[in-house]
Amino acid sequence: MSGRSISLHGVCKSWGENQVLKDISLEIPEGSFTALLGPSGCGKSTLLRIIAGLESANSGQVHIGEADMTAAPPDQRNLSMVFQSYALFPHLNVGDNITFGLRTRRVPKAERAAKLEATADLLGLSPYLDRKPAELSGGQQQRVALARAVIADRPVCLMDEPLSNLDAKLRQTMRTELRSLQRQLGFTMVYVTHDQVEAITMADQVVLLNEGRIEQVAAPRDLYECPASPFVARFIGTPPMNILPAMALGPKGAELERLAGCGLLIGIRPEALSPCGHSSLRMRLVAHEYLGADLLLQGDLGAAPLVVRVHSQGWPEATADLPLAVRPDDFHLFDATSGQRVHLASLASFLTDWGVPAAAAGHHAPATPLQPGVDAPFITQKDH
Amino acid sequence: MSRRHWIQAWLLLLPAMVFLIAFTHVPAVTTIWNSFFSTPRGRRPSVFVGLDNYERLVADPVFWKVLGNNLWFALGTIPISILLAIVMALFVNRQFRARGLVRMAYFTPTVLPLIAVANIWLFFYTPGFGLIDQILGWLGFGQTNLLGSPDTALPALMAVTIWKEAGFFMIFYLAALQSIPPSLTEAARIEGAGSWRIFWQITFPLMMPTTLFVSVNAVINSFRMVDHIFILTGGGPDNASSLLLYYIYETSFRYWDTSYGATLTVVMIALLCLIAIGQVFFLDRKVHYK
Repeated sequence: MSGRSISLHGVCKSWGENQVLKDISLEIPEGSFTALLGPSGCGKSTLLRIIAGLESANSGQVHIGEADMTAAPPDQRNLSMVFQSYALFPHLNVGDNITFGLRTRRVPKAERAAKLEATADLLGLSPYLDRKPAELSGGQQQRVALARAVIADRPVCLMDEPLSNLDAKLRQTMRTELRSLQRQLGFTMVYVTHDQVEAITMADQVVLLNEGRIEQVAAPRDLYECPASPFVARFIGTPPMNILPAMALGPKGAELERLAGCGLLIGIRPEALSPCGHSSLRMRLVAHEYLGADLLLQGDLGAAPLVVRVHSQGWPEATADLPLAVRPDDFHLFDATSGQRVHLASLASFLTDWGVPAAAAGHHAPATPLQPGVDAPFITQKDH
Repeated sequence: MSRRHWIQAWLLLLPAMVFLIAFTHVPAVTTIWNSFFSTPRGRRPSVFVGLDNYERLVADPVFWKVLGNNLWFALGTIPISILLAIVMALFVNRQFRARGLVRMAYFTPTVLPLIAVANIWLFFYTPGFGLIDQILGWLGFGQTNLLGSPDTALPALMAVTIWKEAGFFMIFYLAALQSIPPSLTEAARIEGAGSWRIFWQITFPLMMPTTLFVSVNAVINSFRMVDHIFILTGGGPDNASSLLLYYIYETSFRYWDTSYGATLTVVMIALLCLIAIGQVFFLDRKVHYK
């Protein structure tokens, strides 16, 4: 069965005084993988539970497919769910856990057995069907929860931080498996996570929530390259984007604000800045942090702190004053008061006039080890 | 160093052990010992009589009568009080106004001494102007004497016991319910299970350890709690409401036939041990421990 679309219209939810969801409207296309991403307490789990029908919204509508499901109980919404704790029935064996829903719906025994076999094969659970959940590892329990969710071929599958109880290595393999499972079976996936890496690597569409509001709905690439607000900018990407007040650039910053017609925050990703030979954008180095492949350079730009990520290979220890190149596309502007993204057509020429060279796209570090005695040590225009 | 630890360990064990031995183990052994001797009377000291007391017990119609009573008493009180306890626990586990008050109300009978409870119920049962007769009177029925007739005396005692025990067992079931993660019920709901199926497939099986614990306790209590008999019926009429422990009390401390009392006690303890072991083995296979 293929997926069904989900659409939310003006969903609000409060717990007493505390308003956890504020007017959420959202379209989730059928068969897509949508991640609900946000810091803890942003309302993402509540939103998922409202879609599932485990909570009811104070106002607003939930449509699944063509049908208005706002008031429907969970079992009529034709969806499945994987819980953070897996919610496996501890007294039932793996097989009975997986077929619980089929037995509830009185699916004939032969059909049940056939489906169980197929699902257990799909998820590699065939040897464990007679075991109790407590006799399985965390990863195997996770698979049982997945099997229970997919066995009935529901058009919608909801997952609430399903990978957060697994260790880092297993989480990575499960990410790939989950994604391919969803592609293979074609259901609509709504996936709650607080982990930006999970959201970015798996989802077709990421919904970034903050304090009960949607900050941005976009494909992972757009979210990274075109953040709608400083919150999104800092939430996506590690280390987070540098956000500087325009004043940090001195008179040039004031000129930029005049061009835009409002107070500005400037956002530049640490990996978008690259050291170069000559630039008007200069950073005073204070410290660095070695991360293996990369090196984080910490310093100041004007009065504001700035982090630059470079390739750790061949980085000289002592450089006090560092000229930096940046592409105009990586120079994000936000309205200082509203937080809205500001588009400035003349930005590229502004940077050129100012004397800030553009780093090559896709490069965030010097590609070759430095040669001693070379005058302009940072070769930024060269390919890998 | 290790020697001093050894002494310290024994010293720490000592106070509890002294009390246990003095008030549990020594009396138990003495009781078994006494059951093989005759009761000392006046100038006639007790003599070893072997199994005479046990032969007397087998031939004693009152013993069989009270044992039968006790069996009916257990069968009548345990399932109903457990059922009520589960229903009450399910009820007060939900969110509603005055939940704390209701929980307290359910638990109150447990806090009250059984003697006090019996006195309250004595008023309920009083023929003519007791609560029950007043209600029956409004409905147009005549007077009853529930405690006075052989057919209803035991059921009347059972009602008091159920009233007293159900609230106590409810606390254990409430604790069990609260330890079941809500996500299990939610998962079952998403899979289409209704409340009835969720209870029988998820909640009840997960409460089995509590059921085992409660049922063992209930069996022991059904042999142990006889305080209300003193107030309500005195075991009458014609031993219709007498239970084993009450009979032991009467034999030992009213008729001072202590060695026959000891014999009855040995039989009761043996019976309780057998039942408890049986329950644990029978139910253990069906119990899922987390």
